[in-house]
Amino acid sequence: MKILNILLSAFRALRRNKMRSFLTMLGIIIGVAAVIAMLAIGQGAEYSVKEQISALGTNVLIVFPGSQQQSGLRMGAGTMTTLTEEDAQAIARECPAVAYVSPGTRAGGQVIAGNLNWATGIEGTGADYLEIRKWNVEYGEFYSDQDVKAAAKVCILGKTVADNLFPDASPVGQNVRIRNVPFKVIGVLEKKGQNAMGQDQDDIIIVPYTTVLRRLSHYPYLRQILVSATSQANIAAAQSQITELLRMRHKVAAYDADDFTIRNQSDLAATATATTQILTILLASIASVSLLVGGIGIMNIMLVSVTERTREIGIRMSVGARGRDILTQFLIEALVLSLLGGIVGIIIGVVGSSAISNFAKWPTIITFFSIFLSFGFSIAIGIFFGFYPARKAALLNPIDALRYE
Amino acid sequence: MTGRETIPGSGSENGTLIRIDHITKTYLLGEVEVHALRGVSLQVTQGEFLAIMGASGSGKSTFMNILGCLDVPTKGQYLLEDIDVGKLSRDELAQIRNREIGFVFQGFNLLSRTSALENVELPLLYCAMSNKTRKEKAIEALERVGLADRMHHFPNQLSGGQQQRVAIARALVNDPSIILADEPTGNLDSRTSVEVMGIFQELNNHGITVLLVTHEPDIAQFAKRHLVFRDGKVRADRANSTPRLASEILKELPEIDEEEEA
Repeated sequence: MKILNILLSAFRALRRNKMRSFLTMLGIIIGVAAVIAMLAIGQGAEYSVKEQISALGTNVLIVFPGSQQQSGLRMGAGTMTTLTEEDAQAIARECPAVAYVSPGTRAGGQVIAGNLNWATGIEGTGADYLEIRKWNVEYGEFYSDQDVKAAAKVCILGKTVADNLFPDASPVGQNVRIRNVPFKVIGVLEKKGQNAMGQDQDDIIIVPYTTVLRRLSHYPYLRQILVSATSQANIAAAQSQITELLRMRHKVAAYDADDFTIRNQSDLAATATATTQILTILLASIASVSLLVGGIGIMNIMLVSVTERTREIGIRMSVGARGRDILTQFLIEALVLSLLGGIVGIIIGVVGSSAISNFAKWPTIITFFSIFLSFGFSIAIGIFFGFYPARKAALLNPIDALRYE
Repeated sequence: MTGRETIPGSGSENGTLIRIDHITKTYLLGEVEVHALRGVSLQVTQGEFLAIMGASGSGKSTFMNILGCLDVPTKGQYLLEDIDVGKLSRDELAQIRNREIGFVFQGFNLLSRTSALENVELPLLYCAMSNKTRKEKAIEALERVGLADRMHHFPNQLSGGQQQRVAIARALVNDPSIILADEPTGNLDSRTSVEVMGIFQELNNHGITVLLVTHEPDIAQFAKRHLVFRDGKVRADRANSTPRLASEILKELPEIDEEEEA
C-alpha cells in the first residue's frame, strides 16, 4: 500500500472522530507548546544573565594567593608564598596586556562618626580601583597615587555607609574613626546596588591599601590583585603574562602548580550560564512530562480505535492486507495525530512565548533547536506510543476480527 | 469479462483447483476440545459451482474459512492450485486471499462511510498498482454487477441487494480463481436473492469457480454440485444435473421493487 494512500486514509479515519482526534492532539499540543515556552524562558534567562555579567566588565582579572591549605600541607606556614605589593607593581610594570592594577587588601571593623557607628568592610585598594571596577565618585574625589604612597588616612564611603553615618549632612570633609584611627572622608561613591550574589556593594569603605597594611591590619601580604586587561580580547594574554611573571617572582619550580589563582569574569559568566542552563533543562524536563502524558493519550485512543475497528481490520485482512499493512496504517494514524499536534503546539508555543515577553517583560528566546527538538519529540512519541496498538491490530486473527461484534 | 488468462497450476491433471485430503480442525475451548472437522476430503475442478449445505455446527463455516485461507487445518493437506496452503506464512496467506480468492459474506462486510467505489478498490490497495489502473478496474467490476451508476454512494445509501452486489464486485475486482460466498442471501429478500444468484451464475458461466455456503435448499438449487456437511464430515456429495436458472426465474417474478419505488 502506497504511503500517500495510507496518509489519505489516516486523515479520513481521524476526521471521522473530529472531537476525539482533537482532544487526543490536545495532549501533544500542550506538551509541545510547554516545551517550547519553557526553553524560550530558560534561554531568555541565560541571555540576560550573560548580558548583566558582561556589563560588569569582562576584561577584569583577579589574582588570588594560593590556597593556604595547599601551601600549608606542602611546605608549612613559614614558607607560604603570598602576593606582595612588589608583585602588583611588577605586574603593572612588566605585563604589556595589562591596563590597570589595583592591589587589594581588606579589614573589618567598627566605624565611628560622631555619636553614630557602623560595622562594615574596609577595602584597601590602589588609586586605579575605580577605573577597573568602572565605578565613579558621586561627591568629592578619589585618592591619588601620592596618597597611596604616603599611606594617607583618607577614605571614600560607599552609599550605604554614608547614609548610616551621616544621615543629615554631607560626609565629605568630615572625620571618621576606624579602629580608633582617624580618617578624613574625601568622597562618596555612586550607588551600585547588589552584586550577582546579592551582597550590598555599597556597604563599604575604601582606603589606600598601604594604609590598611601599615595602620590597620599590620599584615604584610595582599589578599588580591585586581587587574584590567587592555581589552577583552587581551584577557588570555594578560592572564598568561601574569602567570609567567608571578611564577618567576615566586620561584615556582617548573613541575609545581601555581601558588596563586587567576580568576576572570568569564569564569563567573560560565558558572552563571551553567546555572541558567540547568534551569532551562529543569523547566524543559517538567514540560516534557506533559508531552509524555500526551503520548499516553495517543496510545489510549489508538487502542480504543483498534478495538472499535476490529471488523474493519478483519475485512482488510480478508481481502489481502498483510500484518505489516495494518501495522503501517495504524502507526501512520498515530503519527499524523502526534505530528499535527506537534505543529499546532509549536505555533502556540512560539506565540505564547512572545506573549510572555510582552506582558511579563521576561526575555524569551526561541531557537531553531527547540523547535526541532519538539518536532522530533512529537514524531518519536507518535511512533513509540502508536506502535503497541498498531502491533496489536496487525496480530489479530483474521477470522476473529471478522466475527467481532 | 476478463477472466484469468494464465492460472498457476491450472495445467495440472484435469484442471483440479482445490484438493483437500483428510483435513481435521480442532479448537480448544478452555479445556474442551471441539472437533469442527473430522476428516474431510474434497476435489474441486476449475469452473464448478458448488453449494455447501448443512445445519449450523456442522462444520461448514470452519471448512469455508479454511478454503478461504483465513484459517489453517489442524491436520491434513489443502492444495490450492498445487500450493500447500498449510505451509504458508501469514503474509503468504494474505497474498493468496488477495490474488486467488474473493469473499462474499452474509453481512456484506463493507466499510461504512466509504463509497462503493472505494470499497471495491480495497483489495487493489494491497497490491502494487497505479491509482488510475485501480480506479479503472474497480469501475469495471462495478459495471459487471450493474452498479456503476452508484459508485459514489455510501453503503448506508444502498439497499441490501445493492450492498451485496458491491461486495461481489469487491470479490471479483482482482480476478480471483475462486469466489467464496458465505450465506450471501441470508440477509436478502427472495427476489434480491435470485438476482444475486444470477450474478454468481453469470460469473460461473465465465469460468470462475463459485463455492457457496447456504442452509436454504432453494438457493442451493442454483448450484451444479451439492455437498452436505453433518458433524464435521461430508455426508453427501452429489451433482445437480438440473440447476435452476436465475435469469429465467427473474422473468416470471413480479417486479416488486419497481412497484414499491414508484
